[in-house]
Amino acid sequence: MKAIAGLIALVLLWSAAPATAESAPPSGCEVPAYLLTSESALNKVAAAVKTEGRLDIMVIGSRSATVVTPDGTGFPGRMEAALRERLPTVKVSVNVQLQIKKTAADVTGALAGILEGKQPTLVIWQTGTVDAMRAVDPDDFRTAVDEGVTALRKHGADVVLMNLQYGPRMETMITTAPYLDVMRVVAQQHEVPLFDRFAIMHHWNEAGQFDLFNNSRGIELARRVHDCLGRALANFVIEAARIKPSELRTQQ
Amino acid sequence: MSVTDQPLAGGLAEGAVTERAPPPPPPVRKAPAGPVGGPASGERELRLDLFRGLALWLIFVDHLPPNLFTWLTIRNYGFSDATEIFIFISGYTAAFVYGRALTSRGFVVASARILKRVWQIYVAHVFLFTIFLAEISYVATSFENPLYTEEMGILDFLKHPDVTIVQALLLKFRPVNMDVLPLYIVLMLFLPLILWLMQRKPDLTLGLSVVLYAITWEFGLNLPAYPNGVWFFNPFAWQLLFVFGAWCALGGARRMAPLLSSRILLGICIAYLLAAFFVTLTWHLPRLGHFVPRIIEQWMYPINKTDLDVLRFMHFLALAAVAVRFLPSDWPGLRSPWLKPAILCGQHSLEIFCLGVFLAFAGHFVLAEVSGGAVIHFVISLSGIVIMSAAAAVFSWYKRVAAKGGKDAKSAEANADLAGGGS
Repeated sequence: MKAIAGLIALVLLWSAAPATAESAPPSGCEVPAYLLTSESALNKVAAAVKTEGRLDIMVIGSRSATVVTPDGTGFPGRMEAALRERLPTVKVSVNVQLQIKKTAADVTGALAGILEGKQPTLVIWQTGTVDAMRAVDPDDFRTAVDEGVTALRKHGADVVLMNLQYGPRMETMITTAPYLDVMRVVAQQHEVPLFDRFAIMHHWNEAGQFDLFNNSRGIELARRVHDCLGRALANFVIEAARIKPSELRTQQ
Repeated sequence: MSVTDQPLAGGLAEGAVTERAPPPPPPVRKAPAGPVGGPASGERELRLDLFRGLALWLIFVDHLPPNLFTWLTIRNYGFSDATEIFIFISGYTAAFVYGRALTSRGFVVASARILKRVWQIYVAHVFLFTIFLAEISYVATSFENPLYTEEMGILDFLKHPDVTIVQALLLKFRPVNMDVLPLYIVLMLFLPLILWLMQRKPDLTLGLSVVLYAITWEFGLNLPAYPNGVWFFNPFAWQLLFVFGAWCALGGARRMAPLLSSRILLGICIAYLLAAFFVTLTWHLPRLGHFVPRIIEQWMYPINKTDLDVLRFMHFLALAAVAVRFLPSDWPGLRSPWLKPAILCGQHSLEIFCLGVFLAFAGHFVLAEVSGGAVIHFVISLSGIVIMSAAAAVFSWYKRVAAKGGKDAKSAEANADLAGGGS
């Protein structure tokens, strides 16, 4: 009996923990350093920032790159704001190309059109969600991502891959592991940084920084998560390009 | 089912062995002497039960969201995972049990028994699908976090129940974690043919299986799935493990005994397992990835689970060879109460497998409703294993009781038949 009572107490404590953490300020979106470092470097980004003082980013993403509508509240817009804040001397522009309900193969096929007339320094390609939902053969997914990354680099851009969202309730319905694996392998082979959105959101959920179980229909949680993702992504880009914001300032 | 079938068909092909079945059947083969042979006739091969029980636990744990327990599952230490063990042992025991039926009762009766088993598995699968549907429908109506608007699109299939349910009955629509039973159904469907040929030309059968495997890889054979894609476990490829299990059961294991006791082979197996372990390590610690030569990486990846990659198959073989070598069939530990739960689970594999899938659904559901954490994850995994073991103990108890009152059972069954029931 004691044991059961103890267990219940423990469970209650545990479920209460995220609730208390939730009231922390939005700056509480810490990400462990290992999730924000990459061994692969963004050399073109580094060169453009240091010599030209500009950074043109294109985000190719699916529906989960937005909150409700593709306004500035999705992570691409939040990243833009964070980059401007951290690199005040650099002219940052972010162009979002939403490819709703498109698999990686669809996007790869449409890349020529998407890139036409544009010359981004960095392309952040968020993919995998639609493929996982449709249970696309992981082999086909791998080929598509592989070809897509090759095409983007050929076009002269640095590439960052971004994987799926973590959602505690989604695990029942979507098998994510093969798609996460494929993206990790492709990133490794092309020496392209991988922004591990899945692991980061998983960490937030475990650490109680966000209650991703939240069942409310309000968009407040989504906004805050995207805000944190945008900041983390900005830090990740700066880190991977080996840029030291302080040095930039002294140069000017 | 007639009572005389009971000892045989009561198992999953579930009893690895002769159990206490009267009358003593003609032994399929002599009990092997060496430490690496198959089961001695007349005595249950507890090692098979043990490993299948463990495989069932691991499959259950792997079906839950990753947690502390997940680190104990073998897929983190090499290429193959519990599915390989499960399919191999299923092939082994199915061949053993139904092979005897084939010898003593003939092709037609044995096939009928196998088909009856297939039907049971099919019904189990549909039952699990119904539970899945109930859970998903509940989630779909109760959960609307805008953060996951895109992912909720997965529930669009609920808008077309006419198509979805029919596709599920055709085994083409298989939601998360429901892939193993359809594979098993297809494999069992072909068991009569496999057994018939295996009893005449075992090596030819195995050879044909390898050829089919090779053709599958060459031409990309697979069965279509709904709404798109192919079967996650490609039956054309996975049949290799099943047939190999059957081949081992019908004398192959005995013939391989000298090979299996060779030190050189043992060395190769251990070296391969270590290499696989290292490669797996690089997935979790990408820094180590630099030690894997690029050329090997290019040759090795992707390690395909759908088509049972050769690397996975070899990994399973190496694991099995090492296990057989270090765990003789007369190992006293097999009688220890600590391993009893796993052995019991292995002895009721279909029931426990289905229970495991159900518990995994339930676990997901609890995790989705109660904002969990590592502790809840841990509690769910552990209680799942305890429930599976307890259920297996109940099944064993019932079987024992039913067998004791053989006569009573017979009349009870006759009554049940009268009442329109029966088994």
